[in-house]
Formats: sequence, C-alpha cells, structure tokens
Amino acid sequence: MSKLHVTTTINGDSREFLCEPEDTLLDALRNTLGLTGAKEGCATGDCGACSVTVNGRLVCSCLMLAAEAEGQEIDTIEGMADHDKLHPLQKHFLEGAALQCGICTPGFLVAAKALLDKNPDPTETEIRYHLAGNLCRCTGYDKIIRAVQNAAAEMRGA
Amino acid sequence: MRFEQPKTVNDAVSLLADADGLTRVLAGGTDVLVQLRLGMVEPDLVVDIKAIPGMRDITEENGGFTIGAAVSGAELGEHAKLVAAYPGVVEGMELVGSTQVQGRATLTGNLCNASPAADSVPAMIAADAIATIAGPDGPREVPVADIAIGPGKTSLKKGEIITSFHLPARPANASDAYLRFIPRTEMDIAVASAAVNLTLKEGKVVAAKIVLGAVAPTAVTVPAAADAIIGTALDDASLDAMAKACEAACNPITDKRGTIEFRTKTAGTLAKRAAKIAFARAGGKS
Repeated sequence: MSKLHVTTTINGDSREFLCEPEDTLLDALRNTLGLTGAKEGCATGDCGACSVTVNGRLVCSCLMLAAEAEGQEIDTIEGMADHDKLHPLQKHFLEGAALQCGICTPGFLVAAKALLDKNPDPTETEIRYHLAGNLCRCTGYDKIIRAVQNAAAEMRGA
Repeated sequence: MRFEQPKTVNDAVSLLADADGLTRVLAGGTDVLVQLRLGMVEPDLVVDIKAIPGMRDITEENGGFTIGAAVSGAELGEHAKLVAAYPGVVEGMELVGSTQVQGRATLTGNLCNASPAADSVPAMIAADAIATIAGPDGPREVPVADIAIGPGKTSLKKGEIITSFHLPARPANASDAYLRFIPRTEMDIAVASAAVNLTLKEGKVVAAKIVLGAVAPTAVTVPAAADAIIGTALDDASLDAMAKACEAACNPITDKRGTIEFRTKTAGTLAKRAAKIAFARAGGKS
C-alpha cells in the first residue's frame, strides 16, 4: 500500500507530508514533521497530552488519523509563543511553577488556550471541567488552575 | 488498511458494500481510533464520512432538527435553539468524554458503538429520534431505539451508514432531561442512567417517555414508568410508582462499576430526578 499524501496548514504554515493510512495525526506531527511538543501519554484519548486544535477545535491528536488532516488547519504548542515572546499562559505556567516533569504541559497549554479563546473569564469550576481531559500526575492541579486564572486576568488587561 | 474519504453518500455506501473484509465508518473516531490502536479491530477499509456535504450540519426542518452524522458533541452544545428544545439530548451527548473528545465524538458513533452505557442514546430514544440510513438498497428511516441490538452490535446491514438523525418538532410545554451516576464528577462511564421526555398541559403530564441506560444489554424504554406519571403533576406517590416500574424493567449485570442491586435502585432514583428536571424545564410547577 503506497503512502498517502496530505496537504495541511500547521501553525499558519502550509505543510505537506506522507503517512501510512493507520498513522495518527500525533504520529505524523512527532515522527514526520518533527513537532514533538504534543506527547503520547495514553494513546486512548484519556490524558490529553497530545492536545492540538483542528480548525480551532480542541482534539486529541492520538484519536485522529493523519490522513484526516487533509485541508484542515492544525495548531500545536509550537505555534503558541510569538517567536521569543511567550504566550501569557506559558509565562504564568513558568512563574507559578505549574509543572514538574512537564510531559502534560503542552497539552494543558493548548487546552487552556482553547478555553480562553472562547471564554476569557472562566470560573474555577469551568476551568476544572474544561481541563478534566488533561491528566497531570505531578502537580495536583491547583497550580495549573491558578496559572490559567492569572493568564486569563493578564489577557483581559485586569 | 485502506483509507477513503468519499465526497458523496453513494460513494461511501458503494465502498462499504463492495469491500471484502472488515470495514469501519469513521466520523469522530473517538471509539474507532482507540479500538484500532489497541488492536481490538484491524479493519481492511476505513471510510471517513466527514467530507460528504451535510454530514456536519444541524438544520431546522419541519419544526424539528436534522443533525448530520458527523456533528460533534461540541457543535451540538453550541447550537442554542437545539439546546433550548432538547436540553436532555444535548446534556447526554456532552457527558461523553473530555473537551478533547467532545471536539470530535458524534451521536452516530455513540449509537453505533452500541455500548449499553452510551450516554447519548437514552435521551435520543426518549425524544423519539429517527435515524436516516443510506445503504445499497436505498435510504430508510429507523427509530433510534431499533439501531443497537446488543453490546457492540447494531441492526445496520453491510454497506449501510447512518447519515443523519431527526428530532421531531416540539409541542409547547415539552422538555427532556438526562442523568447518569458515575463514582466521580467527570470522565467516566455510566453505572446507571435515565432519560425522561415530557409534554405538559395545564400543569400535568400528558405524554412521557422514560428510557434507562446501563441496566440491560441495550437502552430500555419503560412504558409502565411513563404510565405512572401521565395525568399527574409528579406527586411523590406517582414518582415512587414510576421508580418501581423502572426497577422492574432493569436487567443489569454486576461488574467492577456496580452491582445488579445498585444499578437497579439507582436507575429508579435517577428517573425520578430526571423527571423533576424535565418537568421544571417544560414549565411545570411542583
């Protein structure tokens, strides 16, 4: 079986790649395109470490075939910072020590950004429910929630 | 494995009908990809239906709603009119998985995966939702209640796909609700669940449909439970009778998530609570 040719937009840039029919988008991002920010935690859609957005919609890249990316707009953690300037979420995760081992962090950042893009002023409960599909086994979540709240406040100009 | 992304329903049906070996239809993929990755299924052909026009649309039709087979849970929840008309259907779907899963998972996939605990199915049956199916012998319309026939099994024939669901027009003073029990607050599979769809007139229930999930091989419609509350304003005695009828209709298993006794009792309790929510949403005063 020959490989499939996929044309897509990743972080605003037009990209082409070849994939096997059974490859996931996460496989293509990490192994073919060299975008290793998204992580494979569980490979079953439970942990959120592979979070990316597709046409602005938060998804697990482990639960999407690479071939499905044809013609879609994908955004990953690699596109979050503006060159050397960190996104407020990234800055507050660092300042608030909202990470320890860091494996879950790209997924949390992408998921949190998807929330703040839609809801600039979420309650703590809304943040916790929105991030329920992102698992962190180090921090106990409180610092992550605070970092999202602080970033949201900064982004609102509060 | 071969991957195809047909542009028409006819092409999708032909691909599936003509295929040798195992096929899978791909909409949201949140079950199919897991099964693929775990090696539970090794399909020879995967047909992605998302490039077919209309599959991702919610349209108002004959006073009701037609929902394309690839509409995600997130898209359902963002449709204000649909949420207002069928809050129970939407809240059932929104309980499936995380925000990430909601970005892709569909009513169709939840139904065709045919888990007894599927969260969107009881409310769809309670709402009298109709599935439109395309197949080699032409289209047909089937009540959602007749699609799942056992754990992991559906009544769809080779080459058939669900293309959309229709939720019928609502009379005034009608609404629905869905509740499930899980041992945590999010990201789990129903131990027992109940959907209630009610129509009121002059403060009393004039039509009702009550459907239980995770207490039998498929979702269970309980006409006796509906009979117990029709003609009432949900007084305690009627609700107790309804719960008893629900318990009598349960045929669950004992597993790591719950015992037969617990599931049975919980299904009745959830039906009572869901009935009260649907009643209030329909404008009823208790």
